[in-house]
Amino acid sequence: MTDIHAPAGPKKKSAFAALEIDTRLLGMIGAFVVVCLVFNLLTEGRFLTPRNVFNLTIQTVSVALMATGMVFVIVTRHIDLSVGSVLATCSAIMAMMQTAVAPGWLGLELGHPMVAPLAIVVGIAAGVIIGGFHGWLVGYLTIPAFIVTLGGLLVWRNVAWHLTSGQTIGPLDETFQLFGGINGTLGETWSWVFGIICLIAAWLGLLQARRARIRHEFPVKPVWAELTIGGIVAAAILGFVAVLNAYEVPTRRLERMFEARGETMPEGYTEAYGLPISVLLLIIVAIVMTIVAQRTRLGRYIFATGGNPDAAELAGINTRMLTVKVFAIMGILCAIAAVVAASRQTFHSNDIGTLDELRVIAAAVIGGTALAGGVGTIYGAILGALIMQSLQSGMAMVGVDAPYQNIVVGIVLVVAVLVDIIYRRRTGD
Amino acid sequence: MTTAIDRSGTPLVEMRNISISFGGVHAVDDVSVDLYPGEVVGLLGHNGAGKSTLIKCLSGAYHPDAGEIYVNGEKVTIRNPRDARDHNIETIYQTLALADNLDAASNLFLGRELTTATGLVDDARMEAETRKILGRLNPNFRKFNAPVSALSGGQRQSVAISRAVYFNARILIMDEPTAALGVEETRMVAELIDELKKQGIGIFLIDHDIHQVKALCDRASVMKNGKLVGTVEVDKVSEDDILGMIILGKQPQQAA
Repeated sequence: MTDIHAPAGPKKKSAFAALEIDTRLLGMIGAFVVVCLVFNLLTEGRFLTPRNVFNLTIQTVSVALMATGMVFVIVTRHIDLSVGSVLATCSAIMAMMQTAVAPGWLGLELGHPMVAPLAIVVGIAAGVIIGGFHGWLVGYLTIPAFIVTLGGLLVWRNVAWHLTSGQTIGPLDETFQLFGGINGTLGETWSWVFGIICLIAAWLGLLQARRARIRHEFPVKPVWAELTIGGIVAAAILGFVAVLNAYEVPTRRLERMFEARGETMPEGYTEAYGLPISVLLLIIVAIVMTIVAQRTRLGRYIFATGGNPDAAELAGINTRMLTVKVFAIMGILCAIAAVVAASRQTFHSNDIGTLDELRVIAAAVIGGTALAGGVGTIYGAILGALIMQSLQSGMAMVGVDAPYQNIVVGIVLVVAVLVDIIYRRRTGD
Repeated sequence: MTTAIDRSGTPLVEMRNISISFGGVHAVDDVSVDLYPGEVVGLLGHNGAGKSTLIKCLSGAYHPDAGEIYVNGEKVTIRNPRDARDHNIETIYQTLALADNLDAASNLFLGRELTTATGLVDDARMEAETRKILGRLNPNFRKFNAPVSALSGGQRQSVAISRAVYFNARILIMDEPTAALGVEETRMVAELIDELKKQGIGIFLIDHDIHQVKALCDRASVMKNGKLVGTVEVDKVSEDDILGMIILGKQPQQAA
């Protein structure tokens, strides 16, 4: 249980302080690195291979997507126990759209380019409606969120079962399957392009923030500190792309692809997977959710309401409608996660998303979201999801039996929250 | 506070025959009060006398069952805090109503954020404005990037007051503004009230401290058990008279 360490020692020297890096973030990254290194050692280097890093990222996406929404829910002092079931219902609706509604009523056969977009739009609409309905029950009818979503956990799991008559629905549309991970990647070139675009955007963001502070004559970090952070960001983004690009498509699979096109593969031809589209989706969602959290009125009101609901009300914020919006966002993210989860397994099954509510809540909480409300970050929740998935995959690789894996994950959750409580007490946050 | 208040014109606020009850209890029963420009009216009474409830009808937190509110002679309906703000009514609550997890600027602009051309909140501009107004109200204020939970009582009070002052309140409601403050900070609030008076702002001041009321207010309205005992000009009555009103609900022998 030495995997999750207390956040790295605070304020070692002034040079470190000048970087103004969030020590909580640093602690989480530290914990993640320790987890990776320990498993890498235990698996004799198999944990940190491009192949495993690739698998780890695509396994994390579905839970991480929902965890970003769970941050808003928990920040406003609510909880959502229904996300796994809502995911299943959205997945069932999208599967039935593809296999029954589109071919049967609309005359669109599986493989028609309109099938996937149609299914996704309907699935996301279902997510918004279900989430918004939960929010209405919580916000306007003042039923505790715990009860509403506990009911939702049972209802939506079995609505999904009803919609599919309990059957497994597959295979799903090929365009749809692009969101699943291995079946949809950007390839080497576009992965680099995307990485460089991200890098430029990150640098411009840093530059703009600095300019705004100078314009208003606020204190700014020393130039070397800004450059150091810029360098770390560059290394992280480009390093991530490089690792994913190092995972090459197996030769047999390439040969089959060439055969399918009626060509023969040139000698020594290689191709890398690169960035999975599902991970791209997660990155986009993470950026959008971070902007919502930090730079929009909606986000400001979410955090204000979590910090002091009465003050928010007295400031003229419609906290009831805010609750509806927060749960509706959660619903959208469940639907997006359903796209990723269903297409990753290439079919819809009854047990899809089972126990995801616990993984999602755990990810948000490990990522520093306080159940008392008012505190939480999007990047923290994603890191939390990544840490949980690393633990699970790592233990599976080491050969720990599934029941023991769950025991460890459960203990880690409790210990992580304890560490967080101690940290907050020390720093007085 | 001896400058005579001109009460010949239209009152800034007039609350007429306000009643509100909660579950059969008449928290406020047929109470009428008014407030003129540049005037400070103290609202006095025991805990549970109905002062805060009355004032919450004006700030939009409660909706009265009966009665009318006039602002500048015009009848208005105040359904929520936003309506009150639209009539330039600002409130400094006893609890301060701050979101502890947010910084000073976010609290000051809560519900009225400054935005950039793209519709995103403009944190840099809000911080700059916050630095300006707090520099005026409390020059010692430094912690602009810390959540307000990390501030002292006086600093938190400064944030709550700056919120009312920044948005050009015409009518200011202060619910026990000095209850949590030290001597120095109380003096600062008194000076601020004086300055606001000069600008023609009308202030409802809820307070327990009779000395303070005598010193700061022009008139005092005393409530007991949800009813208005009476309204007196503080210079024309003694502290004992006011105490008699609060405790016994007795009208003083007042020279008209």
